[in-house]
Amino acid sequence: MSVDTLPISIGFGGGAELLFGNKKNFAISLPVQEITKWQISDLLKWIQDNLLKERPELFIQDNSVRPGILVLINDVDWELMDTINYVIQPNDEIVFISTLHGG
Amino acid sequence: MPEETEVEQLEKEIEVLKQELKQKEARLQLLKSVKKQIVKHYSNHFTTDEITRYSRQMLVPAIGVAGQNALKQSNVLIVGAGGLGCPAALYLVAAGVGHLTIVDNDEVELTNLHRQILHTEADVGVPKVESALGKLSNINSNVKVNPLHLHVNSESLMGLLTKENFDVVIDCTDNVPTRYLLNDACVLKKIPLVSGSALQLEGQLTVYNYKNGPCYRCLFPVPPAPDSVTSCGDGGVVGIVPGVIGSLQALETVKIIADTSGVLNGRLLLFDGSNTTFRNVKLRNKNLDCQVCGSHPSITKLIDYEQFCGTRAHDKVINIEILSNSECMNVIQFSKVYEQAPIVIDVRPSVEYEMCHLTNSINIPYQDIEKDEHLDFLKELLAIHSGEKDVYVLCRRGNDSQRAVVKLRDQFRDSNFTFLNITGGLHSFAKQVDPAFPIY
Repeated sequence: MSVDTLPISIGFGGGAELLFGNKKNFAISLPVQEITKWQISDLLKWIQDNLLKERPELFIQDNSVRPGILVLINDVDWELMDTINYVIQPNDEIVFISTLHGG
Repeated sequence: MPEETEVEQLEKEIEVLKQELKQKEARLQLLKSVKKQIVKHYSNHFTTDEITRYSRQMLVPAIGVAGQNALKQSNVLIVGAGGLGCPAALYLVAAGVGHLTIVDNDEVELTNLHRQILHTEADVGVPKVESALGKLSNINSNVKVNPLHLHVNSESLMGLLTKENFDVVIDCTDNVPTRYLLNDACVLKKIPLVSGSALQLEGQLTVYNYKNGPCYRCLFPVPPAPDSVTSCGDGGVVGIVPGVIGSLQALETVKIIADTSGVLNGRLLLFDGSNTTFRNVKLRNKNLDCQVCGSHPSITKLIDYEQFCGTRAHDKVINIEILSNSECMNVIQFSKVYEQAPIVIDVRPSVEYEMCHLTNSINIPYQDIEKDEHLDFLKELLAIHSGEKDVYVLCRRGNDSQRAVVKLRDQFRDSNFTFLNITGGLHSFAKQVDPAFPIY
């Protein structure tokens, strides 16, 4: 692992990918110069500045994700991982899933 | 027209034949049932036919004779006889549940048939629950199927859950208010809820309110904003995807009734058909502060769920009216001018335009107009037709076209052009002008 970046993968699904140019998976490296301990709250801001293509209100509200989006950290609900305060580890997989309602 | 007379004539004849068929089938069942009725001779629980019929399923250790008997005694409610409800009902009836109630307020439409596999071409216009009943009773006459053609709301659902003792409720609905309604009702009545959903190529499945696991409100205390929700009618759905999820809903239901381990509570299954992946994720625990299932619930009886979610309890589009009459034209007037009109702008998404469109229309999707991505193209187009005055704007139902007119009229304020919304869009055009134009 390189010392000056934090490599992680990010995923979007359930329609959330539409806000990111219809792309479901991103392999990214977060810079660790200014922020040494990346929390999910930092990542949300980073996503908004770097990946989000349109209608930010459909992804972020009140410094968290909007109602109806589930956040999964390595296949575990972020509620079990301290939500926005979770400290991101190298190679974490963080997935944002919009819930579906169709039937 | 002679064709119409023939259609009516055939409908009448088929109805008579159906009645005759029904009578003959009933008579046949009666004659055959002699063998069926042999009970408690070789088995304590099942008739001879039942043993043969369910043998392959009973041989599975997790089901066994006890599980099959539990299924036979069970009472299941399916809400929604659509893309999820059809396969779920099909498998549960085949598996031999005792009673199955299916609730749905809709009639079969041609747009349903690619995924709602209990319904056939002949069922278009028939209530879905009635169509479902016909197929289900042919598959397994042992199962008592109760079709209810009604809209579930707080009153009708509570009445139903109070009258019957359901072992499991299956959420096969298509909208957010009904999902909260079913959740709260199941919490109040202590019934496990098998919840499925599907859109485009993705599906989701979980079991709420089972063995101390979380409920829907534990996960989603706040409903999503109505404009962040996409329906099958707008986003589309590949028929097999609700087929997969609905089948799995039946499986989880069988597992709950047979009391097997490994039920999908406290976990969420995410199916992505685009790369054929199943992701199984661990969900949060039951929230002790949950408004309905927590230690001190504030919701102790059902509320108004349309109000709570700020949206209607169906997946139909609600029409808007944001323009004055002078900016609108009805489809009858439009039908007299459009063939000669040089500028007819169709603002639907390009895939819809590709499916079908008026031959002289030009496609500029509303999404592009919203993002100002069309300006240069439209300026050029208007420059070519600088002698013209009217620009006709239309879409599928006449809602996005109104939004487009608002945007365009401001952007081209200084031009001589008038942007006219075609009221009711292509749906109205198909209904009032040319029935050959497809309604979807």
